[in-house]
Amino acid sequence: MHGAIVDVLLGGLLVLTAATATAVVLTRNAGRQAIVLSAYGLLLGLLMVALQAPDVALAQLTVGAAVVPLLVVLAISRCDREVVRRRRRRRRPREEQR
Amino acid sequence: MTGPRTARLLFAVGAGGIGLVFVLAVLRLPGFGQPHHPYGARAVAAAVAQHTANAVGSVTFDQRGFDTMGEEFILFAAALAALLLLRQLRSEEEAAGQRHDYGPEDVFAGVRLMGFVMLPVTLLVGGYVVVHGAISPGGGFQGGVVLATGLHLAYLAGDFRTLERLRPLPVLDVTEAMGAATYTIVGFAALASGAGFLANVLPHGRLTDLMSSGTVPLLNVAVGAEVGSAVVLILAKFLEQALTKDRRAEA
Amino acid sequence: MFAVLPYLAAGWIFLIGCYGLATSRNLVHAVVSLAVVQSSTYLLLLAVGWKRDATAPVFGDISPGAPVVDPIVQALTLTDIVVGATVSALLLALTIQVAKRHGTIDPEEIRSLEQDSGDDDGQ
Repeated sequence: MHGAIVDVLLGGLLVLTAATATAVVLTRNAGRQAIVLSAYGLLLGLLMVALQAPDVALAQLTVGAAVVPLLVVLAISRCDREVVRRRRRRRRPREEQR
Repeated sequence: MTGPRTARLLFAVGAGGIGLVFVLAVLRLPGFGQPHHPYGARAVAAAVAQHTANAVGSVTFDQRGFDTMGEEFILFAAALAALLLLRQLRSEEEAAGQRHDYGPEDVFAGVRLMGFVMLPVTLLVGGYVVVHGAISPGGGFQGGVVLATGLHLAYLAGDFRTLERLRPLPVLDVTEAMGAATYTIVGFAALASGAGFLANVLPHGRLTDLMSSGTVPLLNVAVGAEVGSAVVLILAKFLEQALTKDRRAEA
Repeated sequence: MFAVLPYLAAGWIFLIGCYGLATSRNLVHAVVSLAVVQSSTYLLLLAVGWKRDATAPVFGDISPGAPVVDPIVQALTLTDIVVGATVSALLLALTIQVAKRHGTIDPEEIRSLEQDSGDDDGQ
């Protein structure tokens, strides 16, 4: 009985993790992707707990679910501003080139 | 010039090949959950012999201590490279007349309160995770990241200035380097005492005592200091990039 | 099936991450896809070390000698996660640099920009 519960738990988490990984990649909007990445990191952390790896789960939860998505959000906000500025400059080239 | 369609086709062929070989390999792997782990059994025996309750900590900082030193320097080098890249950007912007200033953030009062309450708790937990690395899950890497991210609750609770007062970056530059250096010094100290480099020469104590497992807690603290400072420094540079007000574009 | 399910899941995550990398039109998206590729190795390593009816390799509450899962692969995964995160940070810093220099983070656009400038000043 105990073994069956473990099987169901691990199997379910594995399928869910693989599906979320797919969702991360297929989310083409980088801002939304950061949120999906955070959810994926959380899910991967849970799977690690189920696989009896608390050390790794702790690292995954802090790094994969918090720090990396945060860095991604910060990088996006910076990159978007550069892209917008570039577009604006292209639209009125004479003003900027002088 | 390969178009997107050719690229996709190439990818499909490559992925199909890798997938096929991978599945063939996986079918011959020992099954998931099988009971024989010869390396694991030896590592566990060695961990118990060194009185390290957390076998993962023992593998990371004692049995594979030298590898972890390499990993630590990868981390050090990568963090340094990221910092250098972003520092160069900032100096270019300052030369171009852009300003870096940060106003108070638009945050719900409840979030502020939570940040204020959770800040000391998180820092305490981070410190706990670092020093108990040898006897419970966690250690320098995990605790260091908890400390670094916890510190940023100050940004939620107050504003950027509060955070800046809480984390003097020049001091953290030094702590990061000191952490990496301490790890190496512990290694050489073991060498000087007549044992091998990074050998666990300190008294091993009693299993599950805080001061057990010899050099493992010491190395955990060194790594905790390095990882914590590195993450704070990287986040600081990224925050600076994201929060810079572009004065010229707004004017 | 259950005996190979985690390995297959790891393989799937690896390939789907590679697909994201190959088809990405945004460097930040590419970096995240690379992080997904790397996460497949965490799963593969931990799956290799898992043992049925065993607990985590921490002897706080259990006696030494109780069945535990393989600590070596867990230590390797730990290294993997930490190095992966710093590599992601470095790549994101480079992406910011690219956005600043070229005003775009679309790899295709950057390629055509570089070709244009190459034609202009003969680099």
